[in-house]
Amino acid sequence: RTVEPLEYYRRFLKENCRPDGRELGEFRTTTVNIGKCLCSITTADGSALVKLGNTTVICGVKAELAAPAVDSANKGYIVPNVELPSLCAERFRSGPPGEEAQAASQFIADVIENSQMIVKEDLCIANGKLAWVLYCDIICLDYDGNLLDASVFALLAALKNVQLPLVTINEETGLSEVNLKQKNPLNIRKHPVATSFAIFDDTLLIVDPTAEEEDLATGTVTIVTDEEGRLCSVHKPGGSPLTGAKLQDCITRAITRHKEVKKLIDKVIKSITPK
Amino acid sequence: LCPGDTSVLAGLYGPAEAKVSKELPDRAALEVLLRPKVGLPGVLERSREQLLRQTCEAVVLGALHPRTAISLVLQVLSDAGSLLSCCLNAACMALLDAGLPLAALFCGVTCALQPDGTILLDPTARQEQEARAILTFAISSSDRKVLTATTKGSCSVEEMQQCLAAAQRAASTIFQFYRDSVRRRYSK
Repeated sequence: RTVEPLEYYRRFLKENCRPDGRELGEFRTTTVNIGKCLCSITTADGSALVKLGNTTVICGVKAELAAPAVDSANKGYIVPNVELPSLCAERFRSGPPGEEAQAASQFIADVIENSQMIVKEDLCIANGKLAWVLYCDIICLDYDGNLLDASVFALLAALKNVQLPLVTINEETGLSEVNLKQKNPLNIRKHPVATSFAIFDDTLLIVDPTAEEEDLATGTVTIVTDEEGRLCSVHKPGGSPLTGAKLQDCITRAITRHKEVKKLIDKVIKSITPK
Repeated sequence: LCPGDTSVLAGLYGPAEAKVSKELPDRAALEVLLRPKVGLPGVLERSREQLLRQTCEAVVLGALHPRTAISLVLQVLSDAGSLLSCCLNAACMALLDAGLPLAALFCGVTCALQPDGTILLDPTARQEQEARAILTFAISSSDRKVLTATTKGSCSVEEMQQCLAAAQRAASTIFQFYRDSVRRRYSK
């Protein structure tokens, strides 16, 4: 396995299964913990911890107030930031964010924008004066492949957990008053779910690759779908070429996965709502 | 390379001596630097660089030049829409011009999906803003397969397939352009 990893994997792939016992189209066990009681971040406004097999990703959302930009006076901001600290895998060094972290941050920002998950106009409190800024920090605690799927999932779960206090602007003084007693959940319009595939030898597609499989793969594809079956994002950064038909297979699998994930999230949310 | 008013300047250096920390024992190490017209390179440039790098790695026969470094530097001169596909095309032409061994050529095509459902190839900046979704594909020359795909905005599955088919057809025109340019360069 250490000397000839590719050959070792090929032998398994010929039998249509993988060394950890999974089918080619099977995901690893997904667990998600949302909220202040189960999750560790008590200072954040919303948090979630997602485990996809061994890959562990935690997402914390903090909401702050700021003045909106001059050219879009009725829009708030959402700022995602993905961090891959050196504790999650030996190939990541400490220091400024590497290329992979930056590319992942950009991907998450694109997914939020494309899927219209949170409409920026919803975050505005007073036109031109005050708006919410949501800082979403996604930190990987253990990297075992498939970072993008876990990050998108963690982000979705954390945002569902966010409760924003009601803010009113006092007309006379012009100052804002934050009412911490009254909290409203965020208005999440769409629920995007990412599904990642690894391409082997130009033909074989496997779902949810581990870190080992990612290293051996000749390419990766990530597809983000929302509940209407619309594609929010098709991300295939280079790697072996795929035919349109193969891409279609990926999309169909992604749509099935979306339903599974949505059921899981709904179940967890129901179990933590105190009503 | 200037489709419309978007222009990107590409410079390729290599295969050259690689730093020990960066060299790979069995293939060439490819590095892409994308410099925007204004400002310092940010997160968006990094993700584009990663995209370009993996696309080029798929076609360049790196195994023929182990422990070397190939650097590709792209400078955006002007942006009037379809920037990513312009960068892809510039990168491919630079690889061709440098004479690096390639498994296939690739070309970048951008499709914009307008709100009424029509597909527009190579949109201008104005059309990109009005569009519902923008899809960029890198199509390989050998078998018209999809090498790279990114989308901005959401679309349905059928629309994506239609855009892909349109992009594959447009790829032939771009490859013809490559052939003409190379012929012009070498026939003097």
